[in-house]
Amino acid sequence: MMRLTVREVMLGLRRAPLLSILSIITIAFSLFALGLFGLVALNVSRALRGIEERVEIRAFITDGAPIEAVAAAVGDIRAFPEVARVDIITPEEALARARKELTEFKDVFDAAFLPMSLEIRLKPGHRDPATVRAVAERLKTYTFVDDVRYGEEWVQKLYSIRNIAGATGLVLGIAFAVVAIIIIGSTIRMTVLARAREISIMRLVGATDGFVRRPFLIDGFLKGVLGGLVALALAWFAHSLIDRYLIQTAFFASGTALLGIVGGGLIGLLGSAVSVGRHLRDV
Amino acid sequence: MIRFSHVSKEYPRTGLALKDVSFRLAKGEFAFLTGPSGAGKSTILKLVTMEERPTSGEVRVSGVLGTQIRRAEIPKLRRKLGVVFQDFRLLDDRTAEQNVAFALEVTGTSRSAIPSRVSRLLTQVGLASKGTSYPRELSGGEQQRVAIARALVNDPMVLIADEPSGNLDERATRGIFQLLREINASGTAVLMATHNLELVRRHEYRVIEINRGQLVYDSAESSPAGAGSPPAG
Repeated sequence: MMRLTVREVMLGLRRAPLLSILSIITIAFSLFALGLFGLVALNVSRALRGIEERVEIRAFITDGAPIEAVAAAVGDIRAFPEVARVDIITPEEALARARKELTEFKDVFDAAFLPMSLEIRLKPGHRDPATVRAVAERLKTYTFVDDVRYGEEWVQKLYSIRNIAGATGLVLGIAFAVVAIIIIGSTIRMTVLARAREISIMRLVGATDGFVRRPFLIDGFLKGVLGGLVALALAWFAHSLIDRYLIQTAFFASGTALLGIVGGGLIGLLGSAVSVGRHLRDV
Repeated sequence: MIRFSHVSKEYPRTGLALKDVSFRLAKGEFAFLTGPSGAGKSTILKLVTMEERPTSGEVRVSGVLGTQIRRAEIPKLRRKLGVVFQDFRLLDDRTAEQNVAFALEVTGTSRSAIPSRVSRLLTQVGLASKGTSYPRELSGGEQQRVAIARALVNDPMVLIADEPSGNLDERATRGIFQLLREINASGTAVLMATHNLELVRRHEYRVIEINRGQLVYDSAESSPAGAGSPPAG
């Protein structure tokens, strides 16, 4: 049965090579458009994540606070579920850092007037304004904490940019995927219509719906996978050009790329299933 | 074997195609189905192959009721029927042999059994030497023979022929008709729709005449022997 199906698939490809190539190209470009959008989304989200990692809370320690109490508190804070790491910044470290970051004032600074502080970084997923504020408020309850700063306005802005980017990405991504599915579906429908006579003959001699459907499903899957591979090559090429001449960008991880190809195959398979199913129902 | 009981068929757009048609076709019988174009002959054949379902009444083919058959069972029923058409319906990119073999492959016949069966059938229809020819290399009569060979692959109980000689010249028509008679003589029932009144008159087979969707004449009803006089006109 499998041998027969494979033969029918090959026959179909051989019978209409131009249509087959056209379908593969159509699928490839639909997926390429989706892939380009994916690359933009990937790079934007990476950039945002990079910025997000810089969300930190700084708790300044009052002068003369007992070091044991601070050390115990650091242990406490590390155990907060939102907290990724806590670093103690001594006045000397703070000075070194200030001199490095603000070189034009490097002679003005003196370790004596820089307080000791705790630098707290949060885990991914806990960097939204509400969580940041909640952690900051909890830090304020320690008696030896003099002041807590975390750039409230900045976190707020970053968070809303992230939300807008996420929502836009989701909507556009769905739109791109739907368009790709529709284009691929109609391409496959053309293949089915081109072979309508053959399908009617198959049914005439007693072929089951499954028998008629199988070669089309394999055909659709193969075209989807081939289209996916071409789309990946195009996306890689586009990425290389942008990376070399415009800005440094990241490309899909190999797992994501593989997922894209399999996705192409699945769209092809689904498109075929729908087209043939509709055709079989109509005749 | 084929039984129509008070069958009516109405199409949503074109209206009533058949009205209260009843007849039976027995095992091994040969019957002509005649009538002008649009009379309902093709609708009757479609009801037999279960491409269509009756609006009312009962169609029973080989014991299977047309109103009750599940979609998945239709292919199995079709394998018990051989169907040939005016336009042959061969696959153009396959040879005569491959066209016949295709019908066997579709039904899951074992690979080893196919070649001998195909060559036996092509010999039966008189095309033993043309197995490797493509349809475009064959005459109309030869193409119809290939179609008949294909219709016979599963040893059908009945051969349904829809204007099988409609596209053929006089000589080819005679040849095809002779072939259908031979097939009938070996025990397969034949139901042949045709316009060719000459052919109908010349042979003393049963005639079922349809006009405007109604059965207007059945030679088996008018004389129980089953060989009544064919209709006038």
